[in-house]
Amino acid sequence: MIEFHLDGRSGVAPYMQLIHQVRHALRLGLLHEGDQLPKVKDVAAGLAINPNTVLKAYRELEYERLVAARPGVGTFVTGTLDGGSLAAHGPLRRELQRWLAKARRAGLDDESIEALFASTFRSASEENIA
Amino acid sequence: MTAVIETEGLGKRYRARWALAGCTLSVPAGHVVGLVGPNGAGKTTLINLATGMLAPNAGTIEVLGGRPAAGPAQLARVGYLAQDAPLYAGLPVADHLRLGAHLNPGWDAELARRRVERLGLDPGQKAGTLSGGQHAQLALTLAVAKRPDLLILDEPVASLDPLARREFLQDLMEAVAEQEMSVVLSSHLISDLERACDYVIVLAGSRVRVAGPVDELLATHHRLSGPRRDPASLPGGLQVISASHTDVQTTLLVRTSGPVFDPAWTLSEVGLEDLVLAYMKQAARPAPRNSHRRLEVQK
Repeated sequence: MIEFHLDGRSGVAPYMQLIHQVRHALRLGLLHEGDQLPKVKDVAAGLAINPNTVLKAYRELEYERLVAARPGVGTFVTGTLDGGSLAAHGPLRRELQRWLAKARRAGLDDESIEALFASTFRSASEENIA
Repeated sequence: MTAVIETEGLGKRYRARWALAGCTLSVPAGHVVGLVGPNGAGKTTLINLATGMLAPNAGTIEVLGGRPAAGPAQLARVGYLAQDAPLYAGLPVADHLRLGAHLNPGWDAELARRRVERLGLDPGQKAGTLSGGQHAQLALTLAVAKRPDLLILDEPVASLDPLARREFLQDLMEAVAEQEMSVVLSSHLISDLERACDYVIVLAGSRVRVAGPVDELLATHHRLSGPRRDPASLPGGLQVISASHTDVQTTLLVRTSGPVFDPAWTLSEVGLEDLVLAYMKQAARPAPRNSHRRLEVQK
């Protein structure tokens, strides 16, 4: 079981701090699939924060498919963040978004973009095999 | 869902002075509501109206869909902890619980017993000899064991030291997590309530300055800074809460319903404390100082 803490001066919203701490623990291998997160009541009592704040953080983690709630039992880890590959998604996505914007400015429509991506993807994979 | 507190043009006058005026609110259930404002803003007056200890001179107020203190059923649904958490100094802890059991139809004796045990209170000890923190915790125990749908606390942590303050709020948040209970608590310091509240009402100069869910307030308020300009020249849809200028720069705290596109402005987020202070400062600006001082009647 992990224990949450809050930094009142960080300027980061409390629910975001909870999310960061779960993701961090997953990355560091402190939390594994099947582990239970602290109960909402215990987090609220421990940190003197609103239970809705904890619920909001847990819902967000659920949405990211990192945890799942079992009604009446608790919230359990269902996903992993090992290898750091998930962490790279954000920057890669942003790069891709920039590229997509560039492609649109150049006049490519959806189909041309898909076609260009697919053909580039294929040729890059072939190069890797060769 | 019924609003926990619904008011329309609510006002309370003490002789010629309005302690609360034009108060229109609709606070949804399921929140921990922070009622914030400087001393004398009208917080206690609003609380006394909500508990039925005062009758309004103007407007209407409904609490949990009923008239405050309308009858035994209404009284049983609302818990109230007055400023300084009054207890009977000569009465032992156990007798306070017995009193609670006799006076409240929904009394949860098991909950009260468990809490007193966990707090490490000696049932035989007289309330007058408890420490400040224990005193507040016992009073909270009585209020919570009543199992109210709405718990109203007037400045519950003002007189507590930082450790007792934290412990009180921890205890309160645990109770909120355990019971389906809405809470309204007042303080003149938003920092006391920042972690605990998810809904804020700012009262200043006898009026409600802003009210809403914390998330929503934070999402719709921004700090804008840019080259000096007249706030009147701003695009529509922006409500300026506070403005400050140097010879070259203007800094604004604004409320907006949509994104701000003007590239001349640098946009940054605002914390809850700055937001609340901006509204208090706005309230203090136009009116002469003496019109909103000491309006709250202290008993």
